[in-house]
Amino acid sequence: MNTTLRFFTFAAPSRFYALAGRLLPWLYAAAILFASAGLYVGFFVAPSDATQGQAYRIIFVHVPAAWMSMLLYLVMAAWATVGWAFHARLASMVARAIAPSGAMFTLLALWTGAFWGKPTWGAWWVWDARLTSELILLFLYLGFIALVESIDDTRRADHAGALLALIGAINIPIIYFSVRWWNTLHQGASVSMTAAPRMASTMLTAMLLMAVAFWSYAFAVVFMRTRAIVLEREAGSAWAQALVSHPGGNSQ
Amino acid sequence: MNWSSTGDFLAMGGYGLYVWGSYGLVALWMVAEPFMVARRHRQALRQLTEPTEQDT
Repeated sequence: MNTTLRFFTFAAPSRFYALAGRLLPWLYAAAILFASAGLYVGFFVAPSDATQGQAYRIIFVHVPAAWMSMLLYLVMAAWATVGWAFHARLASMVARAIAPSGAMFTLLALWTGAFWGKPTWGAWWVWDARLTSELILLFLYLGFIALVESIDDTRRADHAGALLALIGAINIPIIYFSVRWWNTLHQGASVSMTAAPRMASTMLTAMLLMAVAFWSYAFAVVFMRTRAIVLEREAGSAWAQALVSHPGGNSQ
Repeated sequence: MNWSSTGDFLAMGGYGLYVWGSYGLVALWMVAEPFMVARRHRQALRQLTEPTEQDT
């Protein structure tokens, strides 16, 4: 009972606004710190690859971007569904805030993949199961954004978006297992929960440091965008008006 | 140390275009996005001070 109460305290947009505002500098600091460490290890400590030479170093941005693109979609679909099922306004706002960042990470995964595919496979793009399902993910993000922005009634827009996000979630396991289900040009999973990593430990360290940096970055950008959406939607409320009448508050 | 000189580092063993083409766009987007979101937040704050339909 007590924990439920506390949970819903932060579900209030005004509380979220203040809390997220305080977390932002730390999240950006963590992103910069981990990215610096990851780039240092990735370029100066990790050795070159026996077969791919230096081209493999694209992995340090490619894999974290691809992970984030899939993870953010699941988180977006989950919050959109919570917002739909429980009429939780903040959950729907978070889902909307995630979509542009998710689309960006998907685009970056495709882009860095193309720049890696050209020197190693000899082609910028192939209609391979992994690549095609990731492209569909980009269209799902763009479709979600277009759908929620095109409906004027905020609640109806959120509900329609939730339905699209939920149905589209079926694509995530397809992307993830595509390298196992189909005979693809794309290599298998680099990191697995069950097997020992199939790469040098310094390479793995660099990739994981970059992944943590991307995580922190995603939290920061999504929190910042959610704050903007909260303000846009709650402009008429007393707490939002108090932000401008007392500029020393949490308005930063 | 992997690199003997700055030129060697930039060349990336002949894969410079691909490595820097990847990192370049990633850096560009991940620097640009926070600025775009910060602008949206500032606009939302500004909109608070302007009279809304509810006030009239």
